[in-house]
Amino acid sequence: MINFILRRVVTSVVLLIIISVVTFGVFFMVPKLAGTNPAELYVGKSATPADVAATARKLGLDQPIYVQYGRFVKGIFVGREFASGTNVNHCPAPCFGYSFRNDRPVWPTLIDRLPVTISLAVGAAVIWLLGGVLAGVISALRRGSILDRTMMIIALAGVSLPIYFTGLLAQLWFVHDLHWFKGGEYINFADDPFGWANKLFLGWVTLALLYAATYARLTRAQMLETASEDYIRTARAKGLRERSVIGKHAMRSVLTPIVTVFGLDLGQLLGGAILTESVFGLPGIGRLSIDAVSTKDLPVVLGVTLFGALFIVIANFLVDIFYAVIDPRVRIS
Amino acid sequence: MKGVDMATDVLVSGQPGSGGSGATPPRAFLDVRDLRIHFPTDDGLVKAVDGLSFSLDRGKTLGIVGESGSGKSVTSLGILGLHRLGGTRVSGEVWLDGEELIGASAERVRSLRGQRMAMIFQDPLTAMHPYFTVGAQIVEAYRVHNKVSKKAARQHAIDMLGRVGIPQPARRVDDYPHQFSGGMRQRAMIAMALVNNPELLIADEPTTALDVTVQAQILDLIRDLQEEFQSAVIMITHDLGVVAELADDILVMYGGKSVEYGTAETIFRRPEHPYAWGLLGSMPRVDREVRDRLIPVKGTPPSLINLPSGCSFHPRCPYVGLDGIPCRTEIPTLAEGSDHGVACHIPPAKRQRIFSEDIAPAL
Ligand SMILES: Nc1ncnc2c1ncn2[C@@H]1O[C@H](COP(=O)(O)OP(=O)(O)OP(=O)(O)O)[C@@H](O)[C@H]1O
Ligand code: SF4
Ligand SMILES: [Mg+2]
Repeated sequence: MINFILRRVVTSVVLLIIISVVTFGVFFMVPKLAGTNPAELYVGKSATPADVAATARKLGLDQPIYVQYGRFVKGIFVGREFASGTNVNHCPAPCFGYSFRNDRPVWPTLIDRLPVTISLAVGAAVIWLLGGVLAGVISALRRGSILDRTMMIIALAGVSLPIYFTGLLAQLWFVHDLHWFKGGEYINFADDPFGWANKLFLGWVTLALLYAATYARLTRAQMLETASEDYIRTARAKGLRERSVIGKHAMRSVLTPIVTVFGLDLGQLLGGAILTESVFGLPGIGRLSIDAVSTKDLPVVLGVTLFGALFIVIANFLVDIFYAVIDPRVRIS
Repeated sequence: MKGVDMATDVLVSGQPGSGGSGATPPRAFLDVRDLRIHFPTDDGLVKAVDGLSFSLDRGKTLGIVGESGSGKSVTSLGILGLHRLGGTRVSGEVWLDGEELIGASAERVRSLRGQRMAMIFQDPLTAMHPYFTVGAQIVEAYRVHNKVSKKAARQHAIDMLGRVGIPQPARRVDDYPHQFSGGMRQRAMIAMALVNNPELLIADEPTTALDVTVQAQILDLIRDLQEEFQSAVIMITHDLGVVAELADDILVMYGGKSVEYGTAETIFRRPEHPYAWGLLGSMPRVDREVRDRLIPVKGTPPSLINLPSGCSFHPRCPYVGLDGIPCRTEIPTLAEGSDHGVACHIPPAKRQRIFSEDIAPAL
């Protein structure tokens, strides 16, 4: 097991290095190839060539790309200095550089936004996992009933409707027409837990609906397949109560693929979170990335991308470990 | 009297004179009367078991023999009450030690299942849960029927594993099924089935997935355990060789019905049904060339949705219509009252003559 974990750690780290090289290349090479100097993006179009050159020097953009990458990585682990003339800026580790737009360091900005995105993601994940799995199990047990069909139709709608649509519709009905939920600014959990939940609730449900539908369908299919397995018949033949046959023996097998999918979804959640945050005006990382892209704020875009990649790699890592824990056949081989 | 209903009303039962559908509790430990198990499907009603009757005493072994699809597994699951879910139609009577189970509550049957009646399944690879240790699965089977501590149950599981011949049971108890070899896994299945000393043990082709030496060991094991616990055993197989030594009685199934039923001695020495003759001919024998062995009965098993009219074996029977007997129109019934039932229109004397003159010399 230890070996298995170590192997997975090494692959994860290698993966992160590759991702960082590629994203760095994409964000700092591509503008150059397209004829724009990244430094120009910083100072703006009206600046003189001399200003641009000075900025490039200060940010190290005049160096070859591998030197830039080296400094970037160094910044992440030990911090780095940005110097223009006598004026030296120390950027402490983990340093992802400064925003082109407001000169704030990228890392603290990300950290500021993180709680919002995590609140959204965790809440949604809890709802879709519980809701989706529960709906799937009920559907499978009542296969063919009206309840089953209704839930599967909702599930189908859930996967096919885009977040813009369900999100805006929910916003319109529940906030503007019915006033069940308050609009307005995001509220920190620590300040007012109820306000926090109230503000996030529609976002949770909208985001969860997208995933819950997939989980309900997956759970249902998995449950129906498992129910005809020989070992389920064995469980009944032992005289186990239906509660343990379904809740323990069948669920154990149903949850294994669900966990895999869940890990992957958690990693990619950022995509859904971006849309949800912009629809519901939540100041999270998703919103930050949209703003950064639209203002060509390269350091922030790079920071967000790497952060997202880290998220995905860690989620995959955890899934692999968890998979080994729940499936003895993986662990042994 | 002719027709579908009459055909199955007449049966050979462990208690002479009680044949029929009376609700009097039988004397035999297990008594199955007119069991029918039908599955409604999109293609039509699958009559997997259609009017099966037999009985069995404690300490005795009944061999149920028939080719693939004849309804052997469906019968055993029916006795355990495992067909209750879904649209399956089950009728008839199953008496276990004087208690009728088809009409009993699901909860009552559940409490007997694994406790007084247990089953060893066909395929030990798929019949155990891949995600739980062998020990955990045995412990669970024990604790659902006995109020004992986890520790005591675990010790009992280890004892059981040792008893069925698994080396180092205290270590193997924490292994997962896939870490066991096929034979070991089947032993573990047997340990799990026997963990509550069931009085009725149904072994559904317990050795088909195993190689010959392991087969013999497993059969010996079942016999030893049966002697120890005095259980009634139903040994299901499509291989007459397996039941030759073990069984006291033999029931030959064809297309969901019993076509010949009698003592093992009778079925082996003087079988009377043409299908049973075919099965005997397909039995592997040591004194025969490998090439000649295992000639299966010619033709394909019948459709259980549209059984052939009359005797359902008639499309494959070499004696169909012999001397003008109504094979295609009338369903033959098992002989009444005798201890040897044969569902065939050929008159008994003639059947016996055909067997001794034509069949036996060729075997
Ligand atoms: N749930 C079900 N729904 C529909 N048909 C079924 C169902 N279960 C079994 N059958 C059918 O009933 C018939 C008898 O099956 P059964 O498993 O009892 O055969 P068997 O005698 O045990 O054969 P084998 O030697 O291959 O194990 C088969 O044709 C099978 O397809
Ligand atoms: S009844 Fe006719 S078809 Fe059926 S087994 Fe006897 S001889 Fe053959
Ligand atoms: Mg079978």
